[in-house]
Amino acid sequence: MVKISTRRLDKAAILDVSGDIDLAHSTELRRVVLVEFRENRTPKVILNLVAVNYIDSSGVASLVEGLKASRDVGSRMMLVGLSPIVYEVLELSKLLKIFEIYDNEALALEA
Amino acid sequence: MGRAGLLLRLELTSNPEILSVVRSAVTCLASNMGFPEADVRALTRAVDEALANVIRHAYANRPGQPIELLCRRVTERAAERRGPALEILMMDRGISVIRKKFCGRELDDVRPGGLGMHFIQNGVDVVQYSRHLRKNRLRLVKFLPVQEPEKANGKGEW
Repeated sequence: MVKISTRRLDKAAILDVSGDIDLAHSTELRRVVLVEFRENRTPKVILNLVAVNYIDSSGVASLVEGLKASRDVGSRMMLVGLSPIVYEVLELSKLLKIFEIYDNEALALEA
Repeated sequence: MGRAGLLLRLELTSNPEILSVVRSAVTCLASNMGFPEADVRALTRAVDEALANVIRHAYANRPGQPIELLCRRVTERAAERRGPALEILMMDRGISVIRKKFCGRELDDVRPGGLGMHFIQNGVDVVQYSRHLRKNRLRLVKFLPVQEPEKANGKGEW
């Protein structure tokens, strides 16, 4: 299962995601991320993935869709706390270069 | 279907919630067979994506449809390589999967979707799809790493 909780700091929303982002749960991540951009128009959305154990292609697709939505509304989407497993999947997808990736939340907030 | 080398047989239904269970089983099996950690992750990812494809494409997200998964230890010959390997067979009764879906997309094309097949091809050494008697059959094979002689009696002697 996947859990997503949202914290707000100034103009940023921090989504703490935990669990497996797979076919069973990627739609929930997609929904939450798209709401932040399309409905809330949050300028900066930080996805904290430190507690994500697994991500599949549908999870990666949700991240790409979120990134595109952020660009559509002039916001930013950032990824922090990538575990080696998540990093490996993004690297395999050749998508590391399209995301804003930071080591931790503080660095993402400062950027 | 012969049972020689059979290690694991799972009768599943096309519910996405079952994916995490299968991932755990395949990870455990591959680790016990002696695959290195990176290979275990790649193999698990390949099986997970293949099973997700069956659920999404062959069964069009209809839950409760049958899927059979067999894992066997085999001696495989593919291209110029021959040796012990883990064979994973996945059978379903969904619609025929068009061959085109078995080609990964160009990775430079940044868009949602289309990565699953790339993960499958990356994770195993052999990918074969066939359809017979209204059944789709996907065969995935990953060669076991070549063992050094002194380790021959340790892990991997399944």
